[in-house]
Amino acid sequence: MNIEVNGEAREGIATITDAVAAVTTARRGIAVALNGEVVPRSEWDRPLADGDAVEVLTATQGG
Amino acid sequence: MDQRTTTRTDADLKIADKTFTSRLILGTGGAANHAQLAEAITASGTELVTVALRRVDPGASGSILDVIERCGVELLPNTAGCFTAEQAVRTAKLAREAFGTDWIKLEVIGDEDTLLPDPVELLDAAETLVADGFTVLPYTSDDPVLARRLEDAGCAAVMPLAAPIGTGLGVRNPHNLALICEHANVPVICDAGIGTASDAALAMELGCSAVLLATAVTRAADPALMAAAMRDAVNAGRAARLAGRIPKRHLANASSSFDGMADL
Repeated sequence: MNIEVNGEAREGIATITDAVAAVTTARRGIAVALNGEVVPRSEWDRPLADGDAVEVLTATQGG
Repeated sequence: MDQRTTTRTDADLKIADKTFTSRLILGTGGAANHAQLAEAITASGTELVTVALRRVDPGASGSILDVIERCGVELLPNTAGCFTAEQAVRTAKLAREAFGTDWIKLEVIGDEDTLLPDPVELLDAAETLVADGFTVLPYTSDDPVLARRLEDAGCAAVMPLAAPIGTGLGVRNPHNLALICEHANVPVICDAGIGTASDAALAMELGCSAVLLATAVTRAADPALMAAAMRDAVNAGRAARLAGRIPKRHLANASSSFDGMADL
């Protein structure tokens, strides 16, 4: 299954929880967009589909 | 130092349901590292700092969220880098999910060179976010009509620029800024373009309720010292505004009476 996490193709990613774990161990201050739409934390275990793009975001200096 | 500063007679800054003693809001962009940023936050006396939302950096050491928590200040997420209303609205929703706050500094940029706001997209995003329950603080151009439209849309404050982001050019159009302050019924926060302390003082003298700045502090040679200077400038400008400045005159007006002058 081809899943993109923060712009990079990743293997072995079945859920959003997997996608988050692939890029960070932090849980606080993290938000996820799936194909551009916000996914609440309560839905992070829902399965991903081939071609899905996941964005895992957090706070950074700016503004 | 005389302790009769502005706070003695001045009300706190109220934005939506929150009150702040400090009238300086600090952006965090441009700081060399988290330690330097923490020093600047503390020296500035601010109670509210802005952060951007970006992809997690697996190699990052420490989080800016820890800095904010240690400094005991509140976080104001922003939509920095967004060029369309749709992008900004999505970013605001992600920020709400990430940080559990409905507050958003709304930035919708219309031009890569000047980073000036796109007024059409900005108003569109503001309307959408207000309808979705956000407390919206829009970064806007120094246009009194647009400021009014944003206020009418339900924004909790309006944040006109002094000059384009990061330029340090100071208040380019004091007349427009004063007009915005004169007519607004929500706090006017001068956001962007401040270069040094006198710029911040001028914005407050013109009637702004607060000043938001980042680069002027984070890229100063001594960020903590500039942060302290900005704190004092905002307080001084506010005090001068409340005190009521003398009218400007074309010719001199002697402060010493000529009565009783010796015939020499």
